[in-house]
Amino acid sequence: MSADDKLLIANVSRRRFLMGLAGGSALVLAARWDVALGGNEKAQFGAGAMPGGWVDDPNVFIHIEADGIVTIVNNRSEMGQGIRTSLVMVGADELGADWDQVRVEQAEGDHSKYGNQNTDGSRSMRHWYQPMRRAAAAARQMLEQAAANEWGVPVSEVQAGVHTIIHTPSGKELGFGDLAAKARELDVPGRNALVLKRDDELRFVGKETGLINGELKSAYPKAIDGEDIVTGKAVYGADVPFEDLLYAVIARPPVYGATVGDFDDTEALKVPGVEKVLQVEGTGQPAGFSPLGGIAVVASNTWAAMEGRKALKIDWNLKPAGDNASYTSAAYRESLEKAAEQPGKVVRQHGDLDTALENASERVSATYYMPHMAQAPMEPPVATVRIKDGKAEVWAPVQNPQATRDTVAGRLGLDAKNVTVHVTLLGGGFGRKSKPDFAIEAASIAEAFKGRPVRLQWSREDDIHHAYYHAVSVDYLEAGLDNNGQATGWLHRTLSPSIGSLFAPDPKHKGEFELGMGFNTMPFSVPALRLENPPAPAHVRIGWFRSVYNLPHAWAIQSFAHEMAVAAGKDHRDYVLDLLGPDREIHNLTVGDGWNYGEDPDLHPIDIGRMRKVIERATSEAGWGKSPGKNRGLGLAFHHSFVSYTAIVFDVEVDDQGELIIHRADIAFDCGPQANPERIRSQLEGAIVMGIGIALQSEVTFEDGVAQQGNFDKFLIPRMPDAPKTLRVHLVDNPDEAMGGVGEPGLPPVAPALCNAIYAATGKRIRRLPVGDQLKA
Amino acid sequence: MATLTINGERYELDVPDNMPLLWVIRDVVGLKGTKFGCGMSQCGACTVHLNGTAIRSCVTPVSAASGEITTIEAMADDPVGSKVQQAWLDLGVAQCGYCQGGQIMNATALLKRTPNPETGEIVDAMAGNLCRCGTYNRILAAIERASGKEGEA
Repeated sequence: MSADDKLLIANVSRRRFLMGLAGGSALVLAARWDVALGGNEKAQFGAGAMPGGWVDDPNVFIHIEADGIVTIVNNRSEMGQGIRTSLVMVGADELGADWDQVRVEQAEGDHSKYGNQNTDGSRSMRHWYQPMRRAAAAARQMLEQAAANEWGVPVSEVQAGVHTIIHTPSGKELGFGDLAAKARELDVPGRNALVLKRDDELRFVGKETGLINGELKSAYPKAIDGEDIVTGKAVYGADVPFEDLLYAVIARPPVYGATVGDFDDTEALKVPGVEKVLQVEGTGQPAGFSPLGGIAVVASNTWAAMEGRKALKIDWNLKPAGDNASYTSAAYRESLEKAAEQPGKVVRQHGDLDTALENASERVSATYYMPHMAQAPMEPPVATVRIKDGKAEVWAPVQNPQATRDTVAGRLGLDAKNVTVHVTLLGGGFGRKSKPDFAIEAASIAEAFKGRPVRLQWSREDDIHHAYYHAVSVDYLEAGLDNNGQATGWLHRTLSPSIGSLFAPDPKHKGEFELGMGFNTMPFSVPALRLENPPAPAHVRIGWFRSVYNLPHAWAIQSFAHEMAVAAGKDHRDYVLDLLGPDREIHNLTVGDGWNYGEDPDLHPIDIGRMRKVIERATSEAGWGKSPGKNRGLGLAFHHSFVSYTAIVFDVEVDDQGELIIHRADIAFDCGPQANPERIRSQLEGAIVMGIGIALQSEVTFEDGVAQQGNFDKFLIPRMPDAPKTLRVHLVDNPDEAMGGVGEPGLPPVAPALCNAIYAATGKRIRRLPVGDQLKA
Repeated sequence: MATLTINGERYELDVPDNMPLLWVIRDVVGLKGTKFGCGMSQCGACTVHLNGTAIRSCVTPVSAASGEITTIEAMADDPVGSKVQQAWLDLGVAQCGYCQGGQIMNATALLKRTPNPETGEIVDAMAGNLCRCGTYNRILAAIERASGKEGEA
């Protein structure tokens, strides 16, 4: 069986082609080898639909030296998800490399050479697993051919072992290093000639290692950057050494859209170490990835630049900011709640909702609020740029190096080919570093110092005052229940400023990809339903935050489903399993979603059976149904996002003083095939902790357009005492499905599950996040 | 002018007295393992040892840093520090890794002071170190492992 046939079986043929849906026939007519590439690579979907697409040339990704050292190029940004380990491991496994002799090289930003590098949307592994397998298989087959040539035997008699090629009949061996030069001269085998390893031939892919729910199974293979991280050698954005570096910070307008009116730099220039003060032009609204503008202070070290900035006197011109300068969170929340009382743009409906609600024996309704949040990666934005001889070089922790390249080139008036973007490690991203604004700022300053590198450092206050905020949201839900508690009607109005407002005049409505994040893809089976999206204006920069609009949608829907179960007097798990309806596959086009995370809806329908299984797994692992004891309760939530399935149960206690103790969290997760289960577990553990912060602590509020939190004293994120005492990750193995995302889908159900648990423990319903001191009242 | 001893090396540096030790270490001396996260002693990414005690270098003026300063770069040569590092590696603690140098510095100071801490003591001692990736359960397990207790995440 050829590799292509295997891919077909694994990823395509088991899925019924076409489910009788509009637009489907075009999908079936994909070219033979397009289909054979499997999973997510059809041109109109997945990796093939991304700018730059995919590349599987072994000469781009795999280099073997005479000493046997294998270097695998990683083209995606490392921000803690472990892609430098996991993707390289996929290549090393297919190649047959000894992990101790594998190194990683980080690709520069270049879509034309490396394919798509935009590290967001939980796409890295699901888009690059197969190209990397193919690149490595091709390299292995070239090594095998080189060995066969060397020995003068048919290639059918040779086989790769671990870092060697073996002549099976004689037992002769040659190392990868011995064969590298000869193999390099051979033609790259065609895709149809590639033979991928069988699952039972793989040593790393899909294998459980590391720390599994408190037990260390195996500390090998180690994370590729682990040693550098624990010894302080790992290079993040601000750690690239330069001889003649200048350090800069910028004072930015306090309100989105404001500009510099007048400024006095007399005192700033007196600060020892300050070398220059200059204005950075903003581009007004919508800002996109462009700088906000402001006054830059350039100095001989970071602290001098910060001290110089403190000494600046700046009069800001608030006029261009318009009504952003009166943006106040409390009033805005009220305005959204009021707007939620009125019908909005209908994005999905079926049945006669009004009649269903009128005839209901009981009606349940609730309004939920989620505030703005900042991504606040531990490494604040930072970038270094050197402009020399008509070329610019950028060193920065960016999620989207090609966008960095293009936008820096645009700012400097250079051709993108004259801009090189070196991607350092990211000290966290969470969506913040998808926006290369800080690299453009650094480039603008570096223009004044041709030939010298300039590092622009953001302080924490800069980061929280000038974030691309997670959208604030109000969600109103209403349901009708029959006399058996069964849902007969479902109304959901969702209101949030759109990320679209960042790039175009404010659309005031959510775009397709925003609605498609768990709103119109809501999986419940209800006879009558209407989903509406009333308008909500943006007054600050709105941007991607890990799992994006799935956060408010899951928060509202999963809280409300629990409220319905309570109203019906039913067990929450039993109730939602019933509400989900029978196992079936929901094609995204049938629910008005034309996006589906960019994936082929035939390969990635919303599979109710898979949803049910993660719910059953999480609840059974958590001991659902047991009597939790005084002041204690279990809470459940689940969500489909980034074409993966998550369910989580919290076990919490709220004592008589209103102190919350999180005893345990059980999360069950199905992303289809698991490339590196060890890093999947760590992503889910991290999502739980981050989600606890979203539920309990994190909020950015505005007064007259100015962010009221600037550092971790007021913008609160979880600390060790906030983490669950016990945390359990349950991976639901589903190797025959198409691969789903990992980095983001763990997060959306965390906050509603925690609040549902709080209700179970106390009877107190949380509808406004963060919980803050609401339990003390 | 400041005279500093960092990882056993003496430095004579022409820096203002009130310059935070963090920026002296990073921008003047050039050791990059100590990180900037908040600048106001809220996150612990800048943690170093001063005479064996964990301090926040971002709020410590260089003039107050008299004595032996130790940074993450020297932990591999420290018997407790290297054990902590190994535990971190064994349990795959780090995600992005940015905060982990500070976490390791704080954990090492704790284990030097209290070689066999109770779980509650670890949680209290580590509460000042933020990790946005949310690796706390593994950090706790790694500290217990380094202290000789079995890791429990």
